[in-house]
Amino acid sequence: MTEETLLQVDDLSKKFCRNLKKSLWYGLKDIAGELTSRNVNGPNLRADEFWALHKVSLELKRGECLGLIGPNGSGKSTFLKLVNGLIKPDRGTISVTGRVGALIELGTGFNPILTGRENIYINGSVLGLTKTEIESKLDSIIEFSEIGEYIDSPVQNYSSGMKVRLGFAIAAQMDPDVLLVDEVLAVGDIGFRKKCFHAIDRISKKAAIILVSHAMPQVARVCTKIAVLNRGEIHYTGNDAPEGIRRYYSLFEEQPSLITGNGKAKIHRIELESRDGMGVREIRYRDDLIVHLLLTIDPEIQDPVVGFYFLSQENQVVAQCNSSYHRIPIKNTGNRLQLKVSVPNFNLNPGKYFFSVGIRSANDLEVLELHHAVFAVSVTGGFVGLAPVQFKGDWEITEVKTADQPNN
Amino acid sequence: MKNSAPQTIYTPESQLLHPARLLQKMYRDLKNSRELAWRLFVRNLKARYRQTFLGYLWAFLPPILTTLLWVFLNSQKILSVGDTGMPYPVYVMTGILLWQVFVDALNSPLRLVLSSRHMLVKVNFPREALILAGLGEVLFNFLIRIVILIALFLWFQIQLPFTIVFVPFGIMMLITAGITLGLLLVPFGLLYGDIQQGLTLITSLWFFVTPIVYPTPTSLPGNLIAKLNPIAPLLVTTREWMVTGITSQFTVFMAVSCLFFIFIALAWLLYHIAMPHITSRIGA
Repeated sequence: MTEETLLQVDDLSKKFCRNLKKSLWYGLKDIAGELTSRNVNGPNLRADEFWALHKVSLELKRGECLGLIGPNGSGKSTFLKLVNGLIKPDRGTISVTGRVGALIELGTGFNPILTGRENIYINGSVLGLTKTEIESKLDSIIEFSEIGEYIDSPVQNYSSGMKVRLGFAIAAQMDPDVLLVDEVLAVGDIGFRKKCFHAIDRISKKAAIILVSHAMPQVARVCTKIAVLNRGEIHYTGNDAPEGIRRYYSLFEEQPSLITGNGKAKIHRIELESRDGMGVREIRYRDDLIVHLLLTIDPEIQDPVVGFYFLSQENQVVAQCNSSYHRIPIKNTGNRLQLKVSVPNFNLNPGKYFFSVGIRSANDLEVLELHHAVFAVSVTGGFVGLAPVQFKGDWEITEVKTADQPNN
Repeated sequence: MKNSAPQTIYTPESQLLHPARLLQKMYRDLKNSRELAWRLFVRNLKARYRQTFLGYLWAFLPPILTTLLWVFLNSQKILSVGDTGMPYPVYVMTGILLWQVFVDALNSPLRLVLSSRHMLVKVNFPREALILAGLGEVLFNFLIRIVILIALFLWFQIQLPFTIVFVPFGIMMLITAGITLGLLLVPFGLLYGDIQQGLTLITSLWFFVTPIVYPTPTSLPGNLIAKLNPIAPLLVTTREWMVTGITSQFTVFMAVSCLFFIFIALAWLLYHIAMPHITSRIGA
């Protein structure tokens, strides 16, 4: 029964109001409308209202994990609240099969002056667990949370990490059919994050998951489906995670470039050369890349170091080339220097990167000039992988006959 | 797996269009909220008294001090109270304790819902649990204050009339009245801060137009206040059952009780239906 549809969302819309006073007044009107069974709150927007979600349709089956991504304020949390039944849709329908669990702001309802153990019971009940369920899982909750002997101290003495761990440990005991996860994994140290992923993996086998996150590597790793929301509308939905993530990035402005340094060097020209010639901004995967640089360095700098690097859209340095790592001598007399650096078989994952060039002095490590994210470079290819570096590899495949196998 | 999963459907249409489904859901939520209500009740109680020095003494102090104040005022002839039909301290103390039951019940829905705002916008739990937890607190407060009553009755050697067996019913009606009005206020009180401010003011004024520390005036226009005040017959009758055994407003008591039984159902319905709307307006 892995094909069972657990969540069906059709044409879902929800309005919010920018003005607080009006919002409250509309709230009262909506209640009155509901009491008189009239839908005063029709498909039209009233003054100061906007669509927090507009005509969203989705379907999710058991075993699927949907990555819900989008800029801040795009309606992701509103969507989770609607699916969780906390608020009512203004248009469209949501149909959920089975129990909904939510990992949203863990530890909601913790009382600071009660002990961790007491709070387990309270929080468990809030999440819909019965007393017997909590009691049978008490030990595994305490163990998972790694709180140990502090479980009988008041929660106000816990660190924020401890509170989140305890909250997650309780919530992870739910046995939901639909699980909503909202950014909770952003907190906690690496060790705990790994445990959380493990728990989510375990739940995902028998549930449908919606994961809201801004951490794209995480989304790419767990999600089988992507929905990109922008200003309340679905911008992309599909099973191609890298494509979804690319669409997400396209919603943001380009990285601002930044030029810094102490002025003792000057970069005159940065040029990329590839199969299509000089001055390219697009490189085909595994083509050769040549970086041309024209620079002047103050003659008092005897031992300059030149390097360039590629930044991912997540603003992480994913590839680097540096003269000092390979003891390349750059002889400087103060004259103009022309540098040509060849990188054969350029094998970054197809996608968009930002190119940066820097000049330092080897002695005191001061930055002479740095051009950070000067321009964007696209790598094109017939695929988009998960990791920033994609080896092609030389593959050798031979068929092994059963008789040749030593242990069989 | 196939048989287990019940389906939930959320649509924009009014829940009143499907009354059977709505009533079923209200009943199920009420049933499912019992355990959570108990946990919340215990949590609130522990939280209230754990960080205090005097602990449960705080439940006794206010009614005792208020009673002493009124007895003092009366004995100094600063105000002259007419015939109360029982020793004045007994009259005041029973009145204050019963009034406190009503006020506790009146404040409890809004107080609990407001203090759980952060939970309302994050977790889907049966909203009725908050009301039940509040009800538990009201009962608990009254039960521990009974100790004062017992001490008082022993001191003044009051012979308990047989009507004492009706007192729980009277208490129930005071609580019902309080919860009903409290529930009606929740949707407004969550949206507008004015309600909670106003409630404090109104209850303190209401105290003086209810026969708590002095009996109802019998002539116009003073008696109008008591006649229009639905809490007066409830309180007066319960006190009479408790002390004298002779009721003076029994018919009014029954009429008001019937009304509140109908109104509490309506108030619950309003609360249940209004909650998702309120959640989307207070959501951060």
